Amino acid sequence: MSVTSVEKDLASLTLTITADLEATVERAWQLWADARQFERWWGPPGYPVTVVDHDLRAGGRITFFMTGTEGERHDSSWEVVAADPPHRLELRDADVDGDGRPNDGNAITAMVVTFDERDSGGAVMAVCTHFDSLAGMEEHAGFEEGMRGVFAQIEAVLAGTPA
Amino acid sequence: MVVASQRNAEADRIFHALADGTRRDILAVAGAGTYSVSALAKRYPMSFAAVQKHVAVLEGAGLITKEQRGRERIVHTDVDTLQRARTLLDGIEDLWRARVERIDDLLATEKRTTGGKR
Repeated sequence: MSVTSVEKDLASLTLTITADLEATVERAWQLWADARQFERWWGPPGYPVTVVDHDLRAGGRITFFMTGTEGERHDSSWEVVAADPPHRLELRDADVDGDGRPNDGNAITAMVVTFDERDSGGAVMAVCTHFDSLAGMEEHAGFEEGMRGVFAQIEAVLAGTPA
Repeated sequence: MVVASQRNAEADRIFHALADGTRRDILAVAGAGTYSVSALAKRYPMSFAAVQKHVAVLEGAGLITKEQRGRERIVHTDVDTLQRARTLLDGIEDLWRARVERIDDLLATEKRTTGGKR
């Protein structure tokens, strides 16, 4: 297991996950900096990620969408607050509608990703996610949960019982 | 998605309530002991009205409930709502654990295909 620690702060709605990666710091940075690589790990299996814009510089924007099993599209848009390759990345994430505009009352989350060299070789990647609102957390946490809900509904329909 | 937006509005209230230090303290205090609004107000260097307002925000978010006891209104922390925030953080932990697993797979596949040159 390469996740070495998970810290949750209920009061500030912050989650920090730290993982040891079998890669150099530069290589680990590419997981985020290379759009094709990012597409391969961000979304759960069965929900392909397509990166639209990927300008990983301070002030730049990263936009991508995830396609669900029934073709539904989940858009994301991030603003790059700071990018200091290959050590630190700071992003702000806003949920957006189909036209790329932030949804009303949406939640903004901030993410700080750091990459450090491990003495024994390899990289330590830490991702600190801060949620401005619980709704943003629900968007994140609820995505896969929501998918399960959809499946439960389908099953209920097939079984002829109300969901 | 009506249900989802209702849920989000509710979630926004919860978070807004949690975002303030005094309100978080009120939750902790009211969770640990029995306090009326006026007893709570004495704990903070602010006006009764200000504390009352904090309590109202917490109540609006479903984080506390008030119980009329004689002339006093007793404040109770709603553990269920707090538990919801905790459940959400757990869900996000799962998301990230799955992502790190995919990263590991990606790196491992690459090592195999490049003969471990990376």
